[in-house]
Amino acid sequence: MAILITPTTKIIVQGITGDFGGRHAKLSLDYGTQVAAGVTPGKGGQFFEHAGHKVPIFNSVADAAKATGATVSVIFVPPPFAGDAILECVDAGLDLAVAITEGIPVRDMVRVKRAMQGSKTRLLGPNCPGVVTPGTGKDSHGGCRIGIAPGYIHKKGHVGVVSRSGTLTYEAVFQLTSKNIGQTTCVGIGGDPVNGTSHLDVIKLFNADPETHGIIMIGEIGGNAEVEAARWIRANCTKPVAGFIAGATAPAGRRMGHAGAIVGGAEDTAAAKIAVFKECGIEVAITPSDMADALLRAAKAKGVTLS
Amino acid sequence: MNIHEYQAKALFEKFGVAAPKGTTATTPEGFITALAALPEGPTMVKSQIHAGGRGKGTFTNGYKGGVKFCKTKAEALDIAGKMLGHTLVTAQTGPAGRKVQTIYFTVASDIKKEYYLAILLDRASSKPVIVASTEGGMDIEAVAHDTPEKLFKVLVDPAYGLADFQVRDLITRLGLAGAEAKNAAKLIRNLYTMFWETDAAMLEVNPLITTPTGDVLALDAKVSFDSNALYRHPEIVALRDLNEEDPKEIEASKFSLSYIALDGNIACLVNGAGLAMSTMDIIQHFGGTPANFLDVGGGASKDQVIAAFKIILGDPNVKGILVNIFGGIMDCNVIATGIVEAVKEVGLKLPLVVRLEGNNVAAGKATLAASGLALVSGDTMADAAQKIVKLVA
Repeated sequence: MAILITPTTKIIVQGITGDFGGRHAKLSLDYGTQVAAGVTPGKGGQFFEHAGHKVPIFNSVADAAKATGATVSVIFVPPPFAGDAILECVDAGLDLAVAITEGIPVRDMVRVKRAMQGSKTRLLGPNCPGVVTPGTGKDSHGGCRIGIAPGYIHKKGHVGVVSRSGTLTYEAVFQLTSKNIGQTTCVGIGGDPVNGTSHLDVIKLFNADPETHGIIMIGEIGGNAEVEAARWIRANCTKPVAGFIAGATAPAGRRMGHAGAIVGGAEDTAAAKIAVFKECGIEVAITPSDMADALLRAAKAKGVTLS
Repeated sequence: MNIHEYQAKALFEKFGVAAPKGTTATTPEGFITALAALPEGPTMVKSQIHAGGRGKGTFTNGYKGGVKFCKTKAEALDIAGKMLGHTLVTAQTGPAGRKVQTIYFTVASDIKKEYYLAILLDRASSKPVIVASTEGGMDIEAVAHDTPEKLFKVLVDPAYGLADFQVRDLITRLGLAGAEAKNAAKLIRNLYTMFWETDAAMLEVNPLITTPTGDVLALDAKVSFDSNALYRHPEIVALRDLNEEDPKEIEASKFSLSYIALDGNIACLVNGAGLAMSTMDIIQHFGGTPANFLDVGGGASKDQVIAAFKIILGDPNVKGILVNIFGGIMDCNVIATGIVEAVKEVGLKLPLVVRLEGNNVAAGKATLAASGLALVSGDTMADAAQKIVKLVA
């Protein structure tokens, strides 16, 4: 079992008729992902066609879910409408909403997150690369690719990856695959200050997943999500964990691309987070080139086989 | 996005947050008119720059203090002349300082006691938090560290808004009663309304003061807004002061590049914020110093790469460039072609190390090799970082 999604998961693409959503819907179809429906208000009844696939488009998420049995939606709609798009997934009772959109106002996300309390829907993102459960085919074809990650760099296997950053996730996955170490699921939780699923939420899922033998956790300066996850790992997780924190050289008070990557106080610097990682038994990757090797060191120390 | 104190005070007035009466001037002639609008008596003269630490700052002409108390308006007129048009260096401006282009005059209030009040986002709970303290006028980080019992926090439920009992609770803990309590309650409620309705990222009032007559006033104001929400606040966008921003950062934003100048000598050009940050880190790890943060985004088009090279080369400290691209979806060959064209167009003479990885990388590397340019190829991030550090050493 992977976490969150499997190769049979049926997905909805909100914003499938836009450039960005359409391009990535095609790449997911090429990867073998079950893209069951698209949603664009006003275009219900039309079809999204690509390489022999004919994906029906609906006016609402509820209609799409009811007609196709899809349980997960990926959101590519522009920032002013993205909060509403997330709430539509909640209203339709989906299991998972994955918000790729970058630039959603914080106030919108504060309201959305409050409105999601007590609902069954989990949110990944926003401002995230999405989530991939690799398949067994060539270049991991046949897996479930939700979002914008390059599918081909993955390989089915036993390592879980969780990260706030897109390209840094690809870097870690690429290192693993190059060393012939596969992944169960790779999860991007997004670079915004208010997001749905946290590092800790994903770590708990990986810990409970028997197929996952080791975990790479990638974080950034700002906030205390990585610290919270690290403390839980020390108390509860027996699997080998490697960690990396980006932003050691970032000056305080400056936003480093991601809205959430900003040093506010002494507790959310890279140095402070790395110190907590070490204290909690997490093997720290010294440079971003060292992420897969760090996990190999952690696995060796615990006598765990990753491949 | 940050704004000046006088702009923040104008917003305070709009939302019913009490502050001392103030006026601004941008020319020496303007001083007379501005001061005429204030009553005779003690007056504050305040340099308007975005950076903090103004009171303890020093002008490059040697004059000390960017915020001054004056006993009379005549004295204020004289002091304002020492500040306007001069460059103020504070702990937050860096050695270059900032040129003072606006002077803000306010009535100097009688202070009974100073407090601290701020509203910002609490990331852990994803809710707005009001932070207040009886220790006003101090460095709040130091208060939080040394005397946490003097710092009070109230989390606001976004579904309900700020509740009356929460306001009463804060006021009680601040030790306010009578007219002070009533005035403070009004100020806190109105400040929260402003925070919510303007999509503020942070509102900080330090100090908030009580006066001998029972007034509660915001003496200073530091306000910033969520950049993602500016599309729905044209009135706030209009307050942007480009003089306060790095011209290279303004240029970068025109091309959807996220650029931040730093003080090292190795420039970097990277796709993705996390990868860009860690590229800076790895340069430092191998003994170099990064000259900037630069995220060209997920796509990295040719036009963006050219603009990025031009911005990087506008920094005279730059002695070498490291390009680090993980072409996940984008074809590495398209990116390589963009790099070659950009290097030729800007006539690059500095050492350049390129690390390309991802989709169609072999063709991309071949394009770089066939370009005839004197660039060095790096295989991994570590390899590329070591190479550029060695080349600029």
